[in-house]
This record gives sequence, C-alpha cells and structure tokens, in this order.
Amino acid sequence: MEQKLRQLREESLKAIREAGVLDALEAVRVKYLGKKGELTAVLKQMGSLSAEERPKMGQMANAIREELASALEQAKKDLGEKALEARLAAERLDVTIPGDSVSIGRAHPLNRVISEFSEIAIGMGFTIAEGPEVELSSYNFDKLNTAEGHPARDRQDTFYFTDDDSVLLRTQTSPVQIHVMETQPLPIRIIAPGRVYRKDEVDATHSPMFHQIEGLVVDEGITFGDLKGTLNEFVHRLYGPQVRTRFRPHHFPFTEPSCEMDVECFKCHGAGCPVCKGEGWVELLGGGMVHPKVLEGCGIDTDRYSGFAFGFGSDRLAMFRFNISDLRLLFENDTRFLEQF
Amino acid sequence: MDLSREWLNDYTTVTVSDKEFCDAMTMSGSKVEGVTRTGDGISKVVAGRVTAMERHPDSDHMFICQVDAGGERELTIVTGAQNVSVGDMVPVALDGSTLPGGVTIRTAPLRGVMSEGMLCSLAELGLDTHDYPYAIENGIFIMQEPCQPGDDIIKVLGLGDSVVEFEITNNRPDCLSVIGLAREAAATFGTELHLHEPAVKGSGDDIKNYLSIQIDEPELCPRYTARMVKNIKIEPSPAWLRRRLRASGIRPINNIVDITNYVMQEYGQPMHAFDYSCVGGSKIIVRRAAPGETLTTLDGNDRDLTPNMLVIADAEKPIGVAGVMGGGNSEIVDDTKTIVFESANFNGTSIRKTAIALGMRTDASGKFEKGLDPEGTVPAVQRACELVEMLGAGDVIDGMIDVVASPYIQKTVKLQPERVNALLGTDISRDFMVSVLEKLDFTVDGDIIRVPSWRSDIEHYSDIAEEVARFYGYDTVESTMMRGKTAQGGWNEKQTFENRLNALCQAMGFNEILTYSFGSKTAWDRIRLPAGSPLRQALIIQNPLGEDRSVMRTTPMPSMLEVMSTNASRRNPAVRLYERAKVFHPLADSPLADEQMWLVLGEYGDGAGFFQLKGCVEAILKDMRTEAVTFEADSTDPSFHPGRCAHILAGGEAIGVMGQVHPAVCDSYDLPHESLYAQLNVAAMRAHQGPERTFQALPRFPAVTRDLALVCRDDIPVAALVDTITAAGAPYLESVKLFDVYTGAPIPVGSKSVAFALTLRAADQTLTEEHTAETMNAILKALAEVHGASIR
Repeated sequence: MEQKLRQLREESLKAIREAGVLDALEAVRVKYLGKKGELTAVLKQMGSLSAEERPKMGQMANAIREELASALEQAKKDLGEKALEARLAAERLDVTIPGDSVSIGRAHPLNRVISEFSEIAIGMGFTIAEGPEVELSSYNFDKLNTAEGHPARDRQDTFYFTDDDSVLLRTQTSPVQIHVMETQPLPIRIIAPGRVYRKDEVDATHSPMFHQIEGLVVDEGITFGDLKGTLNEFVHRLYGPQVRTRFRPHHFPFTEPSCEMDVECFKCHGAGCPVCKGEGWVELLGGGMVHPKVLEGCGIDTDRYSGFAFGFGSDRLAMFRFNISDLRLLFENDTRFLEQF
Repeated sequence: MDLSREWLNDYTTVTVSDKEFCDAMTMSGSKVEGVTRTGDGISKVVAGRVTAMERHPDSDHMFICQVDAGGERELTIVTGAQNVSVGDMVPVALDGSTLPGGVTIRTAPLRGVMSEGMLCSLAELGLDTHDYPYAIENGIFIMQEPCQPGDDIIKVLGLGDSVVEFEITNNRPDCLSVIGLAREAAATFGTELHLHEPAVKGSGDDIKNYLSIQIDEPELCPRYTARMVKNIKIEPSPAWLRRRLRASGIRPINNIVDITNYVMQEYGQPMHAFDYSCVGGSKIIVRRAAPGETLTTLDGNDRDLTPNMLVIADAEKPIGVAGVMGGGNSEIVDDTKTIVFESANFNGTSIRKTAIALGMRTDASGKFEKGLDPEGTVPAVQRACELVEMLGAGDVIDGMIDVVASPYIQKTVKLQPERVNALLGTDISRDFMVSVLEKLDFTVDGDIIRVPSWRSDIEHYSDIAEEVARFYGYDTVESTMMRGKTAQGGWNEKQTFENRLNALCQAMGFNEILTYSFGSKTAWDRIRLPAGSPLRQALIIQNPLGEDRSVMRTTPMPSMLEVMSTNASRRNPAVRLYERAKVFHPLADSPLADEQMWLVLGEYGDGAGFFQLKGCVEAILKDMRTEAVTFEADSTDPSFHPGRCAHILAGGEAIGVMGQVHPAVCDSYDLPHESLYAQLNVAAMRAHQGPERTFQALPRFPAVTRDLALVCRDDIPVAALVDTITAAGAPYLESVKLFDVYTGAPIPVGSKSVAFALTLRAADQTLTEEHTAETMNAILKALAEVHGASIR
C-alpha cells in the first residue's frame, strides 16, 4: 500500500504540473481526490490494514492528500494569474491615441484679464463697483472737474443722446467714482471695471467701445506714496515682483498731483525694442490724488479725508498679456481666436 | 512740440546727452516722445569745388567734373546736372557716403567713366528750396555758404541739431514754446535761465497815425496788441532762422511770415501779420461774425462764418478768423509795403469751437484753445519787431496799440508745506518747496505764492504739491501701503451670481464673446421685429460713427447672430457661444437708460439642436436655483421657428426665450438654418432664485421602478402628461423620466406613443405590491380622464 501511495503521489503531482489549463487541473483533482478518485479509493482500503500499519498509512495518505490539495491550489492560482496576464496583454491599448475630446468653453481674454485684476484687488480689500453706461454729462465731466468747454466734451470725441449734451455714453469709468463717493460711507476702496465709449474709428489700436478699470480709495491720511505702493503691488502681483515701474508727472482734470505709471517693457525688459519704441518702458495707467474740488463736490471733508484714483484700459492690458497685435480681434469673436486662451 | 536743442541753449545751457536730457525732462513732467537729429542719415558728404569740366564722350547730357573735395588729389565725378560750372562749391557725396533714406554712394563706372562719388541736389540732402531759396530744385545745390573744400556738409549747412519731440499736456500751453521748455529744463537741470528783453529801436512816426483798434467782445478777446512796420522788403530769411524753423517742423516762407512763426515757436504766442493796405478804414475791430458773412482764408478755402465765431475785421469786412487763420484778402505778398503785427489773447474755448466748426485746426488755434498767457502779447510783438530790425526787413513804426479789454488779475495760492507733505506722504522742507517755485518764476512772499501769468493751471495747494513733487522726483516719493482700517474686499451677491453663470456656460463648452453695445436699426428688420415692437423704442446716439453704430441695443439677439455669422462666413464648422450682454431701454421718467443684463447663448453645427440647447438652459436654471421653471411653446415670436420656440418662465413670469432661429432670420445673417439661440434675463433669474440647498436624508428604503408606455393624441404636450402623472402619483411617486416619444405605425395617425420611467418610493417603509398597484392605477386613471391616454 505504501508503494501504491508513493506511486499515486508521483503520478498526481506530475499530472498537476502538466495540467496547462484550469479544466485539466480540475480533471486531475477529480481523478485523485474526487469521491471516486484514486487516492480516495486507496484510503477506502484502510480498513483492510493491520492495526499497526493503519495509523502509519493513514498518516502517510493524509500527508499526501494535503500535499496534493495544496499543490492543486497553487497550480490553480498560477494558472489564474497566467490567464489574467494573457487577458490583460490582449486588452492592451495604444495609449498614444488622443482622448475623447471634451470641450470646455473659454472666458473672453478681455474678461479674463478683468477677472484676474479684480481678484487681486479683492485680495487687497477692494470691492467691485458698477455704474451706468448711459450717463449724465454732469457725472462724466462736471463733477470730475472737467468744465463746459473742455475739449473732451466735444461732439467729435463723445457720443451724445440729447441736443443739450446732457446725456452721453460715458467716456471713462471715472463717473463711477462720483456715484460711489455720493452714496457709499467712508472709507472707500473700490475698483470699477466697465465699458467706455469714445468717438474713435476702428483700427488696430482704436475702437469706439473699449474697457477701463477704475480704482478709488478715500480715507483719512491717504497719500501719493500710498498710490505708488498700491499700484506697485498690483503690478507685482500681475507680472511678478521683479518688474520695475516708474511714475511720471502727467495731467488729468480730476486728480492733482497726477501721474502716469510705466512698467518695464514686457518684451525687452528695459533694453529698448519696437514694442516700447526704444524707451524700455510701456505706459500702463494714469492716476493721482483725487482733486480736492472733486472730493468737496461729493460732500467729502478734505480737511479730514484724502484719496487716490487710477484708471487704465483693460483692452490694452489684455493685448499685452496675450501678445495680441490687433484690437479688432477682441471684438470679432472668431472661435479660433477665442479658443486660444 | 518739437524743440531744437540749439535754440533751447539760447535760453539755458544744457549740455547733457540727448538720452539724459530726454529722461530727465520726462521725469520732471515734460514727456519726451522721441528725438531726431537734423541731417540724420548724411555721412561722408563734404563741400567740394568744381575745378574742371568736360562733356562725357559717350553721353549727350553728362559731364565729367574734376572736383577738389579737400583730399590729396582731385576726384573725377560724373554728373547729369546741367547747372554746374567750374568754380562752383557743391556738396560731394564721397565713396562710401550715405544720404537720407538709406542711400549709399560708391565709386562706380558711369557709361565707362569711373565716377568717384556724386554731386548732390537739395532733395538728395533731404532739403528743399524753402531751406535754401537761392538754390534751384532740379539741379546740383550750388552753395553760397562760407566753406572750404573738404568741410563736412553737416557743419556747412548747420545740421546736426537735436530735435526733441515733447507730448505737452493740455494744462501746460506755456510749454508749447522754447522759453516755456527752457524754464522747465533750467529747473530740471539746475541751470540758469537767461530770459531776453526784446529791444526795438524804432524809426519814428507813430502807429496812431495809421491804425485804431476796437474790441467788441471783451470776454472772447481780453487783449489785443499791435505794432506796425513800413518799408517792408519781403525776402527769404537768413539761414539760421530758416534752419530753426525747419528743425521745429515749420516750413520757411519769407522773412515776415517766418518772423511770426519764429516768435510763436519761441514765445508760444501766435502772431499774425496783415497787409496794412488791405485794412479798410485803418481800423481793426474784434467782433463776432455777422450772419451770412464769408471769408476766403489763407489756404484758399471759402469759409461760411457764423455769429459764434470771432473775427478780426476792418471797418467793412472780416480780414481773419480770430486765432485760427488770416484772410486771403489781407495776406502778405511780395509787394507788401506796410504791415500790422497782431499779438492777441483770445478765449480758448471760443477758438476751439470755431476751429472745429470750420474744420481747420492750425498751429495757432491749437495753442489758443488751451488758454494762453494774457500777459504774453506785448513781449511777443516786441520780439517780432526786434527780429524785423535784426533782419533788415523793414522800418518799425514807433508806438504800440495795446487794448486791454479784460484786465488780468494775478492769482495767489497759500503755501502750506505741511499740507503738501500730508498729501504726498513726504517730509520735504519748506525751503525746498520755495526753491522749486522760484525756479519756475513763482514769487513767494511769506505764505503767499504769486502765480505767474502763464500758469493758469495753478489754483490750489494740490497744484503746488504737484510742482514740488515734480522736482523732488515722483520716483523719490517713498512707496507705502495704505494704513487705516482693514477693508474686507469681495464680490457682491449680484457679481457672484454672474460669475457663477460664467463658470456654468464655460463648463458646458460655450465660449464667451464680447460685442458692441450699439448697432443699427436695420438689425430690427433682420430679426423680423414687428413694426410696433417695444424693442424698437431705443436710445439714439445723435452723433454716431455711422448708422450701423447709432442705436443702443434693446435686444442682444442681433449681436450674437452677427458673431455667429462672422464665424460661419469664416467656415468655422461649429460654434457654441455665450455673452453677458447689456441692453438699454429708454425710461419714461429719466433721460438715462434701463440697463439690463442678459445671458445669451448661441450655437450651430456639431449636432446643435433644440433639446441640446434646452438641456443647457435647464442645467443653468437648475444650478442657479431658479424656482418654478416652465417652458411654454410660442409660435408667434417672428425671430424663431414657429414650431421650435419656447418662452422660459419662472413662477409664471417670463425670464427668457429660446428656440431655433427662424430660417428667414438665418438667411439674413447667412447662418445655417439649424442655428439655436437662447436668452435669459439675469435680474429676473435672480428674482426667482430659490433658497440655498440643504441636505436631504438619503433614502433608506428601496425604490420600485415601473415603465409606462402610453398612447395619446399627438398634440398633448409631454409636460402636461408629466404634470398629471406627478399629481396623481403622490405620495409615492419620486420621479418621472421621459425615455421615448414615437409616432408612426403601428400607432394610429394623430396619436403618439410616450414612454416614461417612474420611480416610486416611500420614506418610511419598503413599498408593498398593493401600494405600487394603487399608485399606478391612480396615475393611469388620471391619464385616461384628463388626456384620454391609454396604456400601449
């Protein structure tokens, strides 16, 4: 019997090794370990053994059965892994084929620039103010220290709705300053992005409708130094801390002192190139201390309060930001343009 | 304003390089736009004397010249010009020389004879006969300037001057002059300003024997000053004067005209010269033009004058448009014998309006319109007479007529150093402030600052702060951050709402567009607005840039369709666009507009269809928590396909419209007929925004699903079926989802099959078979009763 058992062991282990597929392996299991299997049959003959031999053979048979079972288990696992590997290999994809396209819409580049600037302003404690585009001349001009007779009020520069020139399309976002100063409690810290209109024929750098962002701060002890500090902060957050600025005297009717701020040319970094006309600087915005006449016109006590204001064309900013050469592209809305940003 | 640095040095000596000069002037407030040099592009061109000439053997018109150009040997130069003779001094472009316009001259054979350079004409040097009236236009420039062979032509002709172009702001008309800029330069560089008091010898006689002046409009002409010159000899001005005018961008004409231009450039005071023989009645009257009066101006154009315009008239007729241009009837001509120099001060606004009305802005009107120095008339006329004597152009008659109609009163401002420092955020000493002001010719007596007459822009301590800061240096002022209360920045509720709309549209693949707020009335016809539509009530721009930009839009539709059309015409196969578009409606009780924001969606191509766009609209409304949204078929909106248009309502109120654009509208925009459009009123959406969402417990009991296929009349809207199902299915019906609509065999004509997936669920128990059956029966009963629908 012992020899029979040994022989069975050899045979069955060999069969397991040679079973290439799961079905064959199952057949091996049935053949040796099944109810009518060969090992089972041998075990059934245990009764005929002597009392001496029985435990010895029993032990041996059990050991073989366990060995077989575990070998079967291992072989099954190995075969399963192999089968999985084969399947995975068959399922291989060319991962360099492009993915299914998902179209995500884009913000208009101009509005993107306005949002970016607004977010920076919000981080610096500004809120966003708005005002009407069809505006009274008194808000667009008079209250901004731009009296009757000022060239900006000419019909060749400004769009009017009435014979007496009292209603117009705002030529600047500055009237929002007046609305805010007339209605909001002090202190004030706002920016006002919006559309403005001037009677310019369309070309690569002009449009009868364009966009500005206005800024206004009114509080106790606001200085020209604060204007510089705030604008520098904007520039550094927009273009990076390494970008240099310079402030030049300029003239606006509603600020005094007034300035223009230049930034180092984006293209040549100050060396001089066609973009900056060789100057190394690009004009970015205008600003100044709110003219005391303007503050007083809004009922603000200039002995206690002072303020600064600034404004710039956001279309120009977008053109710089995205290297857009022609303003007209912004208003054509060709999707091949819009999808670039 | 073009400034000759050579001329500037008459008044203050600034020797720094052009770059340094331009940078410093820009930073002190006189912005430099650029700098050029006269004679730019000319190199290796020298004076040369023609020593011998012979005809070219192989040419019928060329000459071979021997030229002494200062070198070791004479040069052989071939020329085709006919005006050269032996002994002439001419400009010689040597081998390797350059001329304006990038021309390089090399030794080269001309019909077989080697020519070692070129003899130059005026034009080849970038000049013309206005610069050198003794020369001829078509021929070699035979120079009369004192020079030796070999002298550099730049030196000989006085070229090489730096001309600096300034952008002068409107508040500083005083800087539209050499003297004004010299004052700024002296303050910028700390140099001495040498002002010059014009000295006129005179020749006896008395102007009062010749002329009287009367100002009828003291407001429009505060001052009028005149002097006269007799025995005029009209001739070209000397070279130095012509050169300075040329450098300043002014064309030399003759001595008298040049003197008026020279003085205008130097003093900033426009001048005019009248031929005295044409001043009828020996009288100058400054008055408004009479209705119907006309004048032919110096440029030869006939001008219709109106009483809004100020004219200079003699006893009978206008002889000049004040401050703009003189009349042809009193022009200086070659045989003019006696002239009147006018040096006047006019109201800037009046001059500007006149210049605009006549469509002629001149150098003079450009200066006057900014408001000139009321005290500037006398020095300018004196300078002009001094130049007349210097040039020997005539005999200055003694005396001056100086009519002051509105006297000038000097302005004063209080010096408040602490206030200036508080405004600037600086700690500048009072002494520094005073020194800056004094350099600019302000006078300071104690705390009183007396403002010079040419600085009408100064009236306030903030103006003084700017003067101080300009020379302290804007860049020197320390950058600081605002102190004071910490402010809370942020978007307000409305802006947050709009930002979210933006994000949604982009997430659904719509690209944002941006269009003009104004358009044409014809757009109303293109979108088939009915004649009586309230959208045809619009704000009209009175002075538009053409009809197509004359009307404030009342509907955002044309702008979107135009952009879609642009894209279609450029063969972009599919577009998905959105805009946040403002429209403008006239108000009954205000001259301003009711400005409303619409969210506009437009698309064509790539499977764009009604239900695709409707899905987007529904997603937007759902995300924005718009309450009680319904869609109602509208077959009457003429802009849309009558069977594919829906009004969008919230709580029964119209908040928008969507649909397939009417084919006729598509045709008028050259759009594909499958173009879809939707618009939602942003304010109305906000008005119908529901409360913030809160957490709903997840269902604990399983749902039962049942499919329901119905047959009903074809014209029953699905929405009506859903309403009935929803009402009858309470309390267990959780959701109704349409999954099929079918017409055609075997469904009878006039009927349709509609299939829904229903989900039933109870919150507190697992639904029993009885509950489910009851609910389904109730639904079927209601459908049969209300719609005559039966199970398929």
